Amino acid sequence: MHRLNSIRLNHSKNTAGIEAVRLPVPAYVKIPMSMHMGAPCTPLVKKGDTVLVGQKIGDTDAFFSAPVHSSVSGTVKDVSDYRLINGMVCKAVEIETDGQQTLCECTPPEITDRESFIKAVRESGICGLGGAGFPTHIKLNPKGEIDTLIINAAECEPYITSDYRQMIERPENVLGGIRLVMKYLGIPKAVFAIESNKPDAIAEFRKLTGNEPEIEVYQLPSTYPQGAEKVLIHSTTGRVVMEGQLPSDQKVIVMNVSTAAFIYKYTQTGVPLVNRRITVEGSAVGKPCNVIAPIGTMVSELLKFAETDTENVKKLIAGGPMMGACLINAETPVVKTSNSFLADSDYTEPVTTACIRCGRCVRACSMNLMPLEIEKAYKRKDTAALQSLKLGLCMNCGACTYVCPANRKLAETNQLAKAFLPKKK
Amino acid sequence: MNNLIISPSPHRNSDVTTRKIMSLALISLVPAVIAAAVFFGIRALALTAVCTASSVLFEYICRRAMKREQTISDLSAAVTGVILALNLPVTLPFWMAVLGSFVAIVIVKQLFGGIGQNFANPAITARIVLMISFTGSMTTWALPQYWKPGLASDTSVIVNSNTVLTGPTPLVSGDASLMSLFLGNTGGCLGETSALALLIGGIFLMVKKVISPAAPAAFIGTVALLTLVSGGDVMYQILAGGLFLGAFFMATDYATTPVTNKGKIVFGIGCGVITFIIRKFGSYPEGVSFSILLMNILTPYIDMFTKTTPLGALKPEKEVTKNAQ
Repeated sequence: MHRLNSIRLNHSKNTAGIEAVRLPVPAYVKIPMSMHMGAPCTPLVKKGDTVLVGQKIGDTDAFFSAPVHSSVSGTVKDVSDYRLINGMVCKAVEIETDGQQTLCECTPPEITDRESFIKAVRESGICGLGGAGFPTHIKLNPKGEIDTLIINAAECEPYITSDYRQMIERPENVLGGIRLVMKYLGIPKAVFAIESNKPDAIAEFRKLTGNEPEIEVYQLPSTYPQGAEKVLIHSTTGRVVMEGQLPSDQKVIVMNVSTAAFIYKYTQTGVPLVNRRITVEGSAVGKPCNVIAPIGTMVSELLKFAETDTENVKKLIAGGPMMGACLINAETPVVKTSNSFLADSDYTEPVTTACIRCGRCVRACSMNLMPLEIEKAYKRKDTAALQSLKLGLCMNCGACTYVCPANRKLAETNQLAKAFLPKKK
Repeated sequence: MNNLIISPSPHRNSDVTTRKIMSLALISLVPAVIAAAVFFGIRALALTAVCTASSVLFEYICRRAMKREQTISDLSAAVTGVILALNLPVTLPFWMAVLGSFVAIVIVKQLFGGIGQNFANPAITARIVLMISFTGSMTTWALPQYWKPGLASDTSVIVNSNTVLTGPTPLVSGDASLMSLFLGNTGGCLGETSALALLIGGIFLMVKKVISPAAPAAFIGTVALLTLVSGGDVMYQILAGGLFLGAFFMATDYATTPVTNKGKIVFGIGCGVITFIIRKFGSYPEGVSFSILLMNILTPYIDMFTKTTPLGALKPEKEVTKNAQ
């Protein structure tokens, strides 16, 4: 099996050895009704209501969505409009906390078969915790037969160690989740795919799965973007998810390691998704760390906790340095898909110069695209060329921009070009 | 925390820049320049300096005159200057060298838009222009250490009238030993003699991943294969003339050769075939420069037919049928 193109990055996993600590309960949280792909929820609470931890505060009839739960106990201060990072506006529930973190009556869900399992997963509010946030109950309900469950433990973005801490701190939850998914979906085999830069986690999981031949711990090369779904499927099974296909069309489901761990925890406690492990890092951060923070916590609280030199932050990134999005300020809530916040003090925007046709972008692209040709086609607004260059396959991993010696914003151009293309009917 | 920078991902860049690539190219040319100095003396260094300085100066003037951002700091003009010098005989008058730099930088490179935009290799084109304009001066091949008494014939620098007019001495006369060809102890242009020095530079660029071995390997391999088939002296044809200089430093130029490895192989094979044909059947004794220039012109077409196949891309025919339904 041939290796896909990839690049090597400085991993900077500086927080790998730091155990995640619980963030002190913030005085105020703001929980958006849309935190991932899919329809936004409708708020179920109004101003003045008292809420408890785990209480459902937003839901929708839409299939492609997941309910939202309160991460704190306290009083609803307001239900306001909130502008998401992608520019859309949704409702957000603002809660003043009472500091008690009183849990609502949570009972472990009754799971007897596939249907009740998927229903429970939806009720838990879980979505893919790796970043993209695909609602998990939809992923777990594929049309065809699945022969392999791939657990994505690559964590290929630099800095982020929240998945790694999950694996080290609660490996039993991870394996519990894997076993549940395999059991209720009737998947005969699981591949636990993890990058070689986490040797202790690899050793631990090899030990824990020693007498379970159906769960294979698969060591991936530590390259970027190893954790991208299509790349991961190719690396572990050799299968190629064709244009327009879903992983389930190739008989696989890819699930993030923290998602699997959460599913197990939920089936044991009944407490829905209300907090997250988050890496706080960057050159402006005095005490880089992993925290377990309630969803809706302001990023400024995390930065304060991590002793950030807030005066000198030049760039604040939600997510990793390769695919993360810039925040316009720190008064932005933690959402279900947040896995890391980076505060950089030493960022300078590189100067873009002319393309020298070196082809590094082509050799960096896991999808075998030609970013330099896409850029030219976009400049001349050539729809046919963009389509024949298979622009739609770009997953915006950023490898092309990273390697470009002329510092051209190739990944950005790809996104602009995608927006330029007429939508398919 | 005011005025946060907002820009699209990724938020990191590799430390490889155009300037760094060009610096590595300059470093890779050092062995060849040193070899030229050893065999052809101080004038070789002077000629290299003249070419480099005039190339950079023309680039500076050109960018200024065109009111474009200054690009001399990317060092690409300096690289062109050194490569041009390696394409010239040591005895060439300086003013002709400056004219060569003018052709390379102003006409071939800047008039087409500057770095990355030129379709022909600047140094190669300049060499060909000089070759055709000043055939005499360009084919006056000095012998190594030509200044030493007793080595040279009557007029001190020129080998003999026969070779003066016909071209690279070893390729025509065929009497140099393989070892002297390898080390560079023969007549020729500054950079055409020492295969060893060029090889060191080429390997350095490959190790540093500045160039891919595809084009040089295809180029040299094709010449070797065709020579073998036609019953020629393989090692001699590889080591003599400008093959190494062309294969490692000019058939690997980013702007004027195909982007993909598949394309680079096609390019290299094309260069090899044309070089062989010119050497074997043409009236010019050396075909490397013409072969590269001709393949430069074909590069957009090679690019068109050697695009990568995206992972999981559906074949266009299928799409057509899908759309038709």
